[in-house]
Amino acid sequence: MTLDHTHEVPGGAAWSAPVRAGRTITLTALADGANATMLIIGADRLDRLNIPDTLKSQMSARIKPGMVLMSDRGLALATVTASTLDWHDCLTGALPDQLLLLELTKHGFGEPDLHACINFFSKVSVADDPRASLTYVTDHAHTGDTVTLRADQDLLIFLSTASHALSDGPSASVAVRLETPDHTPDPELREEAIRALRLTRELIA
Amino acid sequence: MTITSTTSTTVALDTVVEAGDGALVTVPSGGRLQIVDLHGNQAVDTLFYDAHDIDNRYSAFDTIREQRAVFLTTGSRLVSTRLDELAVITDDTCGRHDTVGGACSQESNVIRYGEFTRHQHACRQTFLRYGAKAGIGQRQLTHNVNFFMNVPVTSSGGLTFEDGLSAPGKYVEITASRDLFVLISNCPQVNNPCNGWDPTPIQLLGRW
Ligand SMILES: [Zn+2]
Repeated sequence: MTLDHTHEVPGGAAWSAPVRAGRTITLTALADGANATMLIIGADRLDRLNIPDTLKSQMSARIKPGMVLMSDRGLALATVTASTLDWHDCLTGALPDQLLLLELTKHGFGEPDLHACINFFSKVSVADDPRASLTYVTDHAHTGDTVTLRADQDLLIFLSTASHALSDGPSASVAVRLETPDHTPDPELREEAIRALRLTRELIA
Repeated sequence: MTITSTTSTTVALDTVVEAGDGALVTVPSGGRLQIVDLHGNQAVDTLFYDAHDIDNRYSAFDTIREQRAVFLTTGSRLVSTRLDELAVITDDTCGRHDTVGGACSQESNVIRYGEFTRHQHACRQTFLRYGAKAGIGQRQLTHNVNFFMNVPVTSSGGLTFEDGLSAPGKYVEITASRDLFVLISNCPQVNNPCNGWDPTPIQLLGRW
């Protein structure tokens, strides 16, 4: 029997964990203005979260519920099954983070694996001007906001709770909960996302 | 339609890259590389690496954050994952360039367009082929610049691929801030408007 796992990652820390296919990962903001920067590496330890492919196949410039997080090789890593927020930043990266790099190193990874990340709980708004100018939104995430991912293959997840790179606020704690539900139904998805999930289930999940 | 040198600096490189082909160019610090869209609306997928340490490589989203804007144009500093400046866009007659959309691959084509695209040529095939001699493999591939490509991002959080803003003879110039490997794929994509549905040759013109 698989036990649930809960952990509170303090602000300004980094953490990593393996997540088996089918488990869910729920992050909860424990203070206003929390940020959880996440990198994801797939079951074969080479295939990584690919933000451009995730965005262009689902016509979105943000991460929100009902999106599949896709890998370099066109497979589903995880599905965003629920969130109290409909905008999680994925356009502005993260500052060089020694603690996050150490977590990668513990698993045999390193600088070449600093692929694009998701900044859960953070929003950077885009202006409809000629450069698509960006502004960090200060009043976005609040205490108790959550996001839940379902792992669609065996994953390694890497998390940093450093403040968002464009925020001048303090870092905040984030709670992590790993659970093993009997079945997590697919949310409503675009056909591209359904194709990625089907291929993943056919090939590796 | 090719451009000839108008300055006294030596023309060190003058070559045409055919549609669907690629190149690995070593540009010395201070060198200027012009990429010319010979026929218009041609996406040129481009990656930048410190020639002496390929782990110090271009980072699309750090570049976007540092300039507080999504699109690239004259004055954009192209930075690495260590936040070192690799290059600066020093001239641009097109107006704006994408760095959110990444490169096409056989696998992402299948997801976006269907199984019939599985064996069509794609940019990441070109990156792996030309990158190999510099030690650039799958782990070293990162999210690239798409010169001349138009990927509007909206205030409501949407993203689309649209017809290019480029035209025959438009060019962009990059000046290297250190010795660089510039890895180029002249995109072969035929399933969306990023190449005007018809991939065409580009010219590379290097002065150093
Ligand atoms: Zn391409």
